[in-house]
Amino acid sequence: MKKHRVSRRKVLGGSAALAAATVFASPIRAAAPPAATVTPALIEAAKKEGKVVWYTSVDLPVAERVAKAFEAKYDGVKVRVERSGAERIFQRISQEYGSRIHAVDVVQSSDAAHFIVWKRDGVLAPYVPEDVAKHFPAEHKDPDGLFATWRAWLCVIGYNTNLVKAEEAPKSFADLLDPKWAGKIVKAHPSYSGTILTATFQISRDLGWEYFEKLAKQRIMQVQSSADPPKKLALGERAVMADGNEYNMFQIKEKKGPVEIVYPTEGAPLIIGPNAIFKAAPNPNAARLLQSYLFSAEAQQINVDFGGLRSVHPLVKEKAGRTPFKDIKKMKDDPVAVEKQSEQIKARYARIFKV
Amino acid sequence: MSIATAERVAHRPFLDLSQPILWAFAAFLCVLIVLPVSWLVVFGFSDRAGAFTLENFERLFTDPDFLEPLVTTLIVAVSSSAICCAVAAPMAWLVARTDVPLRLTIRALVTASFVTPPFLGAIAWELLAAPNSGLLNQAFRALTGAPQDVALFNIYSLPGLIFVIATYTFPYVFVLIANALERIPGELEDASAILGGRMWHTARRVMIPLALPALLAGALIAFLQAMTLFGSPAILALPSGFHTMTTKIWSLFQVPPKPELAAAASLPLLIVTVMLLRAQRALLGRRGYSVVGGKSGDPRRIRLGWLKWVALAVCLGVLSMPVFLPYFALFNAAFSPTATTLISPSTMTLHNIQFAFFELSTTKVALKNTFILGTLAATLGTILALVIGYITARTAVAGHRFLGFLATAPIAIPGIVLGVGLFLSYARPPFLLYGTIWILLLAYLTIELPAAYQQMQSAYRAVHPELEDASRILGATRLQALRHVTAPLLRTNVIATWCFIFVSVIRELSAAIMLFTSETKVISVLIFDLKESGDLGAIAVLGISMLLITFAVVIFANRIPGFGAGRLRNT
Repeated sequence: MKKHRVSRRKVLGGSAALAAATVFASPIRAAAPPAATVTPALIEAAKKEGKVVWYTSVDLPVAERVAKAFEAKYDGVKVRVERSGAERIFQRISQEYGSRIHAVDVVQSSDAAHFIVWKRDGVLAPYVPEDVAKHFPAEHKDPDGLFATWRAWLCVIGYNTNLVKAEEAPKSFADLLDPKWAGKIVKAHPSYSGTILTATFQISRDLGWEYFEKLAKQRIMQVQSSADPPKKLALGERAVMADGNEYNMFQIKEKKGPVEIVYPTEGAPLIIGPNAIFKAAPNPNAARLLQSYLFSAEAQQINVDFGGLRSVHPLVKEKAGRTPFKDIKKMKDDPVAVEKQSEQIKARYARIFKV
Repeated sequence: MSIATAERVAHRPFLDLSQPILWAFAAFLCVLIVLPVSWLVVFGFSDRAGAFTLENFERLFTDPDFLEPLVTTLIVAVSSSAICCAVAAPMAWLVARTDVPLRLTIRALVTASFVTPPFLGAIAWELLAAPNSGLLNQAFRALTGAPQDVALFNIYSLPGLIFVIATYTFPYVFVLIANALERIPGELEDASAILGGRMWHTARRVMIPLALPALLAGALIAFLQAMTLFGSPAILALPSGFHTMTTKIWSLFQVPPKPELAAAASLPLLIVTVMLLRAQRALLGRRGYSVVGGKSGDPRRIRLGWLKWVALAVCLGVLSMPVFLPYFALFNAAFSPTATTLISPSTMTLHNIQFAFFELSTTKVALKNTFILGTLAATLGTILALVIGYITARTAVAGHRFLGFLATAPIAIPGIVLGVGLFLSYARPPFLLYGTIWILLLAYLTIELPAAYQQMQSAYRAVHPELEDASRILGATRLQALRHVTAPLLRTNVIATWCFIFVSVIRELSAAIMLFTSETKVISVLIFDLKESGDLGAIAVLGISMLLITFAVVIFANRIPGFGAGRLRNT
């Protein structure tokens, strides 16, 4: 196998790589299987299965776009995208596996902590696509070859440019507590969204829960998905969003939607979304084929160009006009801690925000 | 007809299977209802380890996190029920007993509002009356020059929620009352007129008392619908930071799930319902309301003169709330690049349609599941309601009262809790149904049975047993009499019940959301998923398609030969 060296500098900003280290640092022996190439035999076997079911929390149009690109490339293998919030996906899989229903082939979640649980439960299948083995930095792949970072992005603040002047826009989380924003903020929910759960953990760790207690007094509009606040801004339903996906903001902005991103001065929460195959996948070959495709430079480039996401694949180019990932101040992610505190975070959030 | 009946029933079968078959239905009903409900009771009185406890109830009635939603729910249910009756009763009277123009159109529009799932209506009303982006608020600001942050309506509020729930519960009440009023024969009015009663006097002393059972049933159904709805509060209450019981219960099933608390939370709703049903029976119990006898005349229509145009305007004005305005908003969203921007020929786009039908990979499977389940549940549910209604109305089987109670009980259980009851019952041996569409079928049958049963039972009540008695005297068995005499007399009700269940299945969200898997997803769950991620364009496309297909099915059902709703009524 050809050795391919990747310099650290090529990988999107050192801080992101460093920050993402914890989920992948397994104390157990590193026993990843050898890199798997896409062979004609695999394609043939996948076509025989004819379909693959992908549970994912990425915004639906992005998921379907990638799925359609896969279907175009491997004619005869249909992808069923099952999209919901990461926390819902997690619950769904627990509920299904609890009843021994194995419907899911491939899973993607915006709550990296879920992969710690699934790994501990031993339900993931080891599989290392060629691109992951060759190109992905060690911090972004599981040492046992169970999962790797399919996407990275930030949880950001934003505003509607028709309703808020740039100079008056909030610059930081602290600015959102200004009484002038009362009744004008939209915010997503950590019991639905893995992005928001991760962000709530990072913000409460760095700024304290008092931040959320004060924010709750601003009469926020509470939506579910972290993809929704950007859409509510685009409609003009609220002037400012307290949290939401950077990648949806890019999508809307680049279609001339009236929105603008603010990277909070305290740092933007960093979100890592791994992808994995289940051991009990009903379509194991199609699952492998999809997993290989999802980590290819081609699919990763779709994530970036169409989806507005960031990729840790070093061959993928960032899109012009977007702030380079490495230049943005980020909060540090810590999936191990999120996994431990997930329940408390959700309960505390529900107490503060009443829903 | 009596001759034909006599010929058909002349050959009495050697063995009358009526009793065993009726008993079989009764037994099925018991399993259907008792199994999930007993799981709920067991869970309500258990702690996490499974030991007996009253702690869940203690928490329910002391913790403000539960008391507030309980109070909110009661406020919502009482106010929507009152609004429904206040609007539906006069309108039903106009349509059933006066010469207001376009009566059929008004009925069709009521059907359209009934066919609209409440969660879709709630989403449409977000498009219309969200404080900033809502179309009505935009129009208001454009007309008055009011500043950006002034809004005429705020749909994300308690009054907003009550309004939307009433808007989509009102058809239940309207249909019940209008049908009851239509069944009242003209002779009764004539009699009153002959005795010197004027129009309003007749209305007050004859019509209203005769319509009372329907009005009460309507109020009850409206109350229970409002109490157990999940979609509308999830869409309108959560964004402004308050819960109703259903959304609270739903939140208890998110990770980590607390089914014990949820089960406990559902029991007060059950008790409220039982009390209401008893009150209804106490009110109606001692009177007779049979109006359809062996012979009766057509209803007379009161002439309103020029007032009929005013009446028409009022009816259409009311119907703009559930139909015209929301569908305008949905059509606009379906073809607009951003959901709440008015489309113009230059901005119109087919992107949402392309996305919903050609990119969204769950559309096809969800549509297929929905229509298979709708048809199956409607057919089985109608048969079940017909037989159980017969048993209780004609006291055919010992313990019929208990059966009547069982058939009505599920209405008090929020779909979401019933979903969990069913999940607990059918996700483990001996009944392994979770992951198949059969568990959804059971859920739909259980949920729709109370309303279907109520409809059939009030229909039986209105058909005097004299006709059946005649057939039985001529030698028919119970089932033959039911099949050849009573069922044909009730054919309008049978079709109405079939359509009712079919449409209700399509509207149903709360149980489905607990019981679906990726293979057994239905359209309501898909729309709710899309709602949570804010994909309004796709929702608009799917919602409109759903309405069109449902209408096609309902119209088709009304055209099935021999079942023509417009044909024979009381003759």
